[in-house]
Amino acid sequence: MNPTALLECLSSASCIVTQLGTGLIVGSLLFLVAAGLTLIFGVLGVVNFAHGSFYMLGAYVALTAYQLSGSFTTAVIAAGLGVGSFGLLFERFLMRRVYSADVLMQLLVCYAIVLIMDDVVKIFWGAEFLSMGMPDAFQSPPLFIAGGVVPVYYAYLIAAAMSIALLLWLLLTQTRMGKTVRAAAQNPTMTSALGINTSLIYAGVFAFGGMLAGLAGGLAAPVRSMSPGMGFSILIESFIVTVIGGMGSVSGALVGALLIGLIRSFGTIGFPLFVEGLMFLAMVLILILRPNGLLGKESRA
Amino acid sequence: MSLKDHSDLPHLRRRALLQGATALAGATALGSLGFPAISLAQNKPIRIGMPTILSGRVAMLGQASSNAAMMEVEKFNASGGLGGRKIELIIRDSKGQPQEAARVARELITSDGCDILIDAEASSGAFAVHEVARDLGVLVIHTCSETSALTADPKLRTAMSFRCARQGVHDAIIGGAYAAKVAKEKNLRRWMTCSPDYAYGRDTTAEFIEYLKQFNKDIEVVGDVWPKLFQADYSEVITRLLQGKPQAVYSCLWGGDLTSFIDQSSIYALFKDKQFFAVNMADYAVLHNVKNIPPGLHSGNRYLKSFPTAAANFSWANTYQAKYKDMPLNWAWQNAAAIQFLTAAIKKSNSADSKKLAEALHGMTIDSPFGANGKLTLRADDHTLVDYALAWGELSGKEPFMANPLPGNWKEIATLEAEWKKRKGFA
Repeated sequence: MNPTALLECLSSASCIVTQLGTGLIVGSLLFLVAAGLTLIFGVLGVVNFAHGSFYMLGAYVALTAYQLSGSFTTAVIAAGLGVGSFGLLFERFLMRRVYSADVLMQLLVCYAIVLIMDDVVKIFWGAEFLSMGMPDAFQSPPLFIAGGVVPVYYAYLIAAAMSIALLLWLLLTQTRMGKTVRAAAQNPTMTSALGINTSLIYAGVFAFGGMLAGLAGGLAAPVRSMSPGMGFSILIESFIVTVIGGMGSVSGALVGALLIGLIRSFGTIGFPLFVEGLMFLAMVLILILRPNGLLGKESRA
Repeated sequence: MSLKDHSDLPHLRRRALLQGATALAGATALGSLGFPAISLAQNKPIRIGMPTILSGRVAMLGQASSNAAMMEVEKFNASGGLGGRKIELIIRDSKGQPQEAARVARELITSDGCDILIDAEASSGAFAVHEVARDLGVLVIHTCSETSALTADPKLRTAMSFRCARQGVHDAIIGGAYAAKVAKEKNLRRWMTCSPDYAYGRDTTAEFIEYLKQFNKDIEVVGDVWPKLFQADYSEVITRLLQGKPQAVYSCLWGGDLTSFIDQSSIYALFKDKQFFAVNMADYAVLHNVKNIPPGLHSGNRYLKSFPTAAANFSWANTYQAKYKDMPLNWAWQNAAAIQFLTAAIKKSNSADSKKLAEALHGMTIDSPFGANGKLTLRADDHTLVDYALAWGELSGKEPFMANPLPGNWKEIATLEAEWKKRKGFA
């Protein structure tokens, strides 16, 4: 423990900027993964334990698309669309069949997909770790703001994640499609009684959740090495985020992800050996004080 | 009940018929080829079991180990084996889990009939395999664990166990001496460390810093960070390093973790005006994946075809690359060397008996592409590998990657290692 170092950091503008930037970057990627996870849970009521594999697939698809096209934008779009399509197939052929089954059956199906996806990645991309490298457009010195360091790519990444968060919010709250999705989440029986194809909504939400995870994987590809099984650790952190923010709440996911990011960035200064512990401590505290999470609602019947 | 019995009958008849037919066909084939029954026993293969990690995040290390061991086995078999007896290498996946490594090792001995184990496990699994081998009294050669205690601690040592792998304390001595020299030349006093938070990371870092300070009294370690193993995002670790304002950073991160750390550090300009000492950098798996190797990056050689400079090493790497379409890694040369020792022991003792092989291996020296001077020795005192090519140097982004390696001095290593053993109570 080094609380003095934390106090020193909090009294220095450069340290605050650097650590704030770090918190935002960690939180941004986490948000993209956790948003898909919580969206699927909010609408379908199922926990997609295979969501980490979606993120992994996004990173690998982005790598291949980048190698083929040389364009990072194409790579990220390919990752989003590719994993979105995979999510659609996953929902239509597998998850749809276990919606009414108990959570253990759903866990089993998802875990099988995790293992299969790890092996598929091994077959197509190999067992060794791979790295995309930083696209030329972002190979520039970091920005210095008030003496703090913010890498150019991370500034772009934070902007991209926040734009996606804004679009998601607009989509869910300001469009007819969003209203239909929320209606299906609130009362699927009544929604289908009104002539709305809830099955189609479920498939669409799963595909959209997958797309968000794929985008996160694609955006992370330049800075994180890829290997089979890489989705596991981000899945655990995404669960923490969704629990903190409230299961099913997209805005909760944003708040939870940023909170985790800031805990990590400032925690490493003051409590370098207890950063992981701080994350779980925050989760426990929130579970005790607000069992439904910061922005979660009462669980549906 | 009677229905079941009746239904089983055709099954049994068919199985018996098949077994009989197979036996007859086998006997006929052997007879027609002129093999007398006794030669079956003489040609019984020499079975060697090899638990290693073939799945999970470090599967490429186990794959490289298997490839290299198999390449040497094929050489031995092609040269006629032991009077016609060939080596059968049975490789099993431990998934990187110690309990699975122990189970697989036991099964290789009790079910597959192996008398010899090549233990290609990381340190956590190696200790488990070591205990299985000790329990069952079989010959074991550890080929991947670098934890010094495995062979340095007399409580763990047996007449039947050997280590054919680099050792942590050797790397620490050479790395410490090299880094202290660079620190003096460049006046690097403020140091920080960034290593994975588990036994290997903690021990290796402590040993390196111990020798760094021993060789250069001006060194001050102003901070340390311990990312967890397989951490995806190093941002908070990197910014912590930035806040500490060190002049030099030491790390024993490895594999994909090291690649991610360097890629992420580069965009923070962490390495600007800093020297970075990463012991595990000079291995092709990392070198080929880091897109921009920053200046001022120093490493110990893990495996490089350019070091040792002997033509035999270069040729071995090219043969491996041609065969497996990939470059060999650190675990590869260590496993190749273990098979080279084993086959030399088989030839020397003219036997596949594991006790005779252990006697032959005790203090054995062989010609090898991986030796500092073309030779490798399994030291008699503690059954560990010495005289292997060991160097540190500054890296560049293309072959030969380490243009001016500074080779380790094995006399100095031996002296300092002996003192270290005394301090640890191992001698």
